[in-house]
Amino acid sequence: MTARLVAAALALAAGAAHAQDNPVARSLAASCAACHGTDGRSVTTEVVSLAGLPKEHIVAQMKAFRDGTRPATVMHQLAKGYNDAQIERLADYFAGRPR
Amino acid sequence: MKRRDFLKLAGAATLAGCATRGGAGKARVVVIGAGFGGATAAKYVAMWDPGIQVTVVERGTAFISCPISNLVLGGNRTIEDITRGYDGLRKHGVQVVNAEALAVDTEKRTVALASGGTLAYDRLVLSPGIDFLYGDIAGYQGAEPRVLHAWKAGPQTVELRRQLEALPDGGVYLLAVPVAPYRCPPGPYERACQVANYFKRAKPRSKVLVLDANPDVTSKGPLFKRAWEELYPGIIEYHPNSKVVAVDAATMSVRTDFDTVKGDVLNVVPPHRAGDIALKAGVITTSNRWCDVDWRTLESKAVKGIHVLGDATLSAGGMPKSGHMANAHGKVCAAALVELLNGREPNPNPVMTNTCYSFVSDREVIHVASVHQYDAAQNNIVPVKGAGGVSAARSELEGAYAWSWARNIWADMLG
Repeated sequence: MTARLVAAALALAAGAAHAQDNPVARSLAASCAACHGTDGRSVTTEVVSLAGLPKEHIVAQMKAFRDGTRPATVMHQLAKGYNDAQIERLADYFAGRPR
Repeated sequence: MKRRDFLKLAGAATLAGCATRGGAGKARVVVIGAGFGGATAAKYVAMWDPGIQVTVVERGTAFISCPISNLVLGGNRTIEDITRGYDGLRKHGVQVVNAEALAVDTEKRTVALASGGTLAYDRLVLSPGIDFLYGDIAGYQGAEPRVLHAWKAGPQTVELRRQLEALPDGGVYLLAVPVAPYRCPPGPYERACQVANYFKRAKPRSKVLVLDANPDVTSKGPLFKRAWEELYPGIIEYHPNSKVVAVDAATMSVRTDFDTVKGDVLNVVPPHRAGDIALKAGVITTSNRWCDVDWRTLESKAVKGIHVLGDATLSAGGMPKSGHMANAHGKVCAAALVELLNGREPNPNPVMTNTCYSFVSDREVIHVASVHQYDAAQNNIVPVKGAGGVSAARSELEGAYAWSWARNIWADMLG
């Protein structure tokens, strides 16, 4: 193995250790960040931070938006774009983020 | 380290090594354009894999947001309110180079800068925004700067506001809308609202004249028309199927296929295409205007190793050319780049969302929203059926959400 290859492998290993999150969950959750802040940390008071909210709470709210039991301006329309598995995944991701 | 893991890494290293020139250990991503698409892609690659070296080439010294810029024209926000610096990107380890990208050598995988010097890349991200097809409107270039587009937020936004302030009460503001697709579908109609909002307050005898090349309002039509009737009766006059083909600054008039129309302020938005650097890099694929991409990675269908984001793309069905959409492009592209540069398969089913807010007055807002998921059967990204939609009615509550949206998305791309 060449020195260059070792260096590259080490750099990659360091990157992999840092990238602790599941890439699919991370990427899915990023679709919420435009309005709710990077990693679910909103910089405004008008829109709620998702980081650190209990998983069951996020799942319940998303499903309530989706079935119309929780009224909203836009979330009832966006929640319909995600299936149950995706909602679980999003909720799991945000629940694990520090506030 | 397990043998299997080591082999995986060694394989990935070879892949990255092949593409890496000059012996550097880190994979290199170069991003041209630090707007909604490019800044987002740069930040998210750096955040998700600090092992990748990310360099952004941006000719502006600060980011000025197109979304919300219509409020500057209406006098309801200032240019400072919509301007943000690039220091936040640097905190993520992104190198921000304030320069103009002159050319791309797709063989050598380098970008030449106008300031001299070149940047080598393993993957290049182009988020060039738009440039205008001035030739489509006779007399346009000679008519600037009296005739403005203000369709890129910045000096023209400030100058158009100045023209509106200088307009005497009773004067006519004329806005010409190009044929779709164009940047920000609801933008022209929001602009009509903002200028009318200003006139109602400061110049009640003035008029807003909209000449739309399209057969009808292209986005949120019923909501906009209701706002025009209820908030600005007698101020906004809307003409569909009125494509401006020529402008004349000497007589301050525009010509459509049928008519010549005069105005005191002429705001003519020419049709546009992907920004110049996309043309130079050879990634424009469609109608000499837009760049077709693989929506799982945003990689160009014309040139391997180059990814194109934002308004420059050949938009997929139901996908608007918006800042929010470009932000979504940036994230899907960043996720794909991290996987590709680590020798892994990118996510085959990316999801994107879009919410476009429009201020119909200083506080009341309407939206259009959509969710887009990659569909393997169609080999394309498509809007999720039954999801998305528009506001039930304009509201101040959505006004609060819209301003929150702006601050959060600016922080999401730059913070």
